[in-house]
Amino acid sequence: MDKTIKLTIDRIPVCVAPGTTILDAAESVGIAIPTLCHIDLKGTCVKNNPASCRICVVEVEGRRNLAPSCATVCTEGMVVYTNSARVIRARKTIAELMLSDHPNDCLTCPKCSDCELQRLVMRFNIRQMPFTGGEQSTRKKEVTAAITRNMDKCILCRRCESVCNNVQSVGVLGAVRRGFDTTIAPTFDRMFKDTDCTYCGQCVAVCPTGALTERDNTDRLMDDLCDPNKIVIAQPAPAVRVALGEEFGMEPGSIVTGKMVTALKYLGFTKVFDTDFAADLTIMEEGAEILKRLKAFLAGDKDVKLPIMTSCCPAWVNFFEHNYPDLLDYPSSAKSPAQMFGAIAKTWWCEKRSINPKKVVVVSIMPCLAKKYECEREEFAPDGSPDVDYSISTRELARLIKRANIRFPELPDSEFDSPMGESTGAGAIFGATGGVMEAALRTVYEVYTGKELPKLEFTEVRGFEGIKEAVIDLNGFPLKVCVAHTLSNARILMDRLRKGELDYHVVEVMACPGGCIGGAGQPYHHGHIEILKARSAAIYREDEGKAIRLSHKNPDIIKLYEEYLGEPLGERSEQLLHTHYFNKQIK
Amino acid sequence: MSEMKLSCEAIRQVEEVCEKFNNDPGELIAILHECQSRLGYLPEPVQRIVANKLGIPASKVYGVVTFYSFFTMTPKGKYPISVCLGTACYVRGADKLLEEFKRVLGIEVGETTPDGKFSLDCLRCVGACGLAPVATIGEKVYGRLNPADIRKIVDEFASRE
Repeated sequence: MDKTIKLTIDRIPVCVAPGTTILDAAESVGIAIPTLCHIDLKGTCVKNNPASCRICVVEVEGRRNLAPSCATVCTEGMVVYTNSARVIRARKTIAELMLSDHPNDCLTCPKCSDCELQRLVMRFNIRQMPFTGGEQSTRKKEVTAAITRNMDKCILCRRCESVCNNVQSVGVLGAVRRGFDTTIAPTFDRMFKDTDCTYCGQCVAVCPTGALTERDNTDRLMDDLCDPNKIVIAQPAPAVRVALGEEFGMEPGSIVTGKMVTALKYLGFTKVFDTDFAADLTIMEEGAEILKRLKAFLAGDKDVKLPIMTSCCPAWVNFFEHNYPDLLDYPSSAKSPAQMFGAIAKTWWCEKRSINPKKVVVVSIMPCLAKKYECEREEFAPDGSPDVDYSISTRELARLIKRANIRFPELPDSEFDSPMGESTGAGAIFGATGGVMEAALRTVYEVYTGKELPKLEFTEVRGFEGIKEAVIDLNGFPLKVCVAHTLSNARILMDRLRKGELDYHVVEVMACPGGCIGGAGQPYHHGHIEILKARSAAIYREDEGKAIRLSHKNPDIIKLYEEYLGEPLGERSEQLLHTHYFNKQIK
Repeated sequence: MSEMKLSCEAIRQVEEVCEKFNNDPGELIAILHECQSRLGYLPEPVQRIVANKLGIPASKVYGVVTFYSFFTMTPKGKYPISVCLGTACYVRGADKLLEEFKRVLGIEVGETTPDGKFSLDCLRCVGACGLAPVATIGEKVYGRLNPADIRKIVDEFASRE
């Protein structure tokens, strides 16, 4: 067994395991060395430490130059100063040099007040820019369906490159050219739409500055809310209600469902329904599809496509359409909950109320940026009018609430509107990795076996491990399931599937680390895994607090099938709630 | 989008080079080097084949190609022209030489004439500072050049087969 390493940091004795960086060692005794390029979402594969920004430099006794603490490993007897005058002056100069070619339009920058560079400037007390003359205004700017790119604001930290390549294995973003012309660009300097970009937005989630941000739909939404001829209805996703409070100084993991509904009503939404309701609907359809394929398999059908894979995550859908066009028959044909909601709202609900669907604006509030792109898919716009008109992120909703001077933490709770506001614990857990699987298993088990589940929790599929497996006993049939989050883990599974080596019946994939709670539209985590863990725990608390925890027992869902849809996978369900996939391989 | 298509022969050559280096991503620069010496340049489709063979993203290959000035994504002319902009040449008027080449050829630095005969680039020092200002055309080095000479030299190459 390796012995521990002893050193002192700022005169404090520290004991660490061999291989620990000075940065982590300092953190273990409560010393927060400023960083910029470094990010380490511990327990997930989100990590970037190229030591390129040099902000985290420290003084090591006996060493001539300053050492980047994120990439320097502790050695026995090391004497480290993180706050000597030399260090403090060097850090300030490094930040000043970064500002020399950085636009200083902070006032109107979308990242203002959430920008890590801006925070350093404040922390280092930089009041003027001694180095000027290098500003670039010629680098690429691009607004896609989901992501806005303004490379003038890039500081070349390479975080986006790390997540795009290592975490997501999408391999679109990379550094090109050299010297002053260096920039991070999609493959061959193309626009995102002409690459394999999945719009997962994890590059946005880690970008420290305003170089990569979401496409902002808040002004469009304000225009619609002002229009008396429009009926604007909201559907917030499960993961939004466990993260939104963070934007208002509330503890990570605060469940703010009731306050969120109140805020949406104050903002002027005509109706506030719930994507959780549609999550239950997804389980009805996807669960039926699982059972159908399973029964065919058990009856000896050799051509049945197993494993069936979940299809809720729009970045995952983009990923397999781009990379695995030969395997499009495997994912479930069920639309995502948000799209199911849109389709039902503009048919059933409108018919019930005798409302012209053309007047209805369905706005989804999502932890996700890929949902913005999903809304623009042609197949989700029958007759040219989209089922979900557009999507805003958790962050955008927070901005709207702030704009409307609503004191969010003090809001009273409100209930969702009926009939698409009732949901179960199964719908709630869609927001965490493994949640869709667990929700599906609850229903599939009960429908298949005809028995009540002795215990509703399938804890084997919970947690942050990249690939999780479980075997469920269905009346003696061992149902093998697998859950993956991040697209690099999805790629491992898909490569095995292509080789015929994937021995599961059901697979869940979510593109973002931790599932939707770690989505790119959520409040920025700034590298703190505790925040994602608190959100995840809140999701499961929400589930436990629900009176009904099985999708097929949701009374509104039962009513919807009785009144309108008939049965899962029935003719009308197929038409409204299912989709098909396309070969989108880039040539 | 990459509209150009590679010939089957070019594809075969690129694959052959990758295999010669055991499709080792660590040999990326050597592979690109040899591909360029065989094909003259490294267009998008070549980079895609290399990326696929080596099992790395095309963006990585593109990053390396754009980083090193030796690599080029545009085909070079039959007679590649390089004007030295090193210190010695520069102080003796290399910038005026370059301007004259651009004017006579009707192309910018990094471009190739539509007939494919000439391409124009800059470089830093060919080790003939005593002859400044210097330009190279193909393998041939021209020293003590005067902008007035350029038209004649270009015409001479243009009339060759």
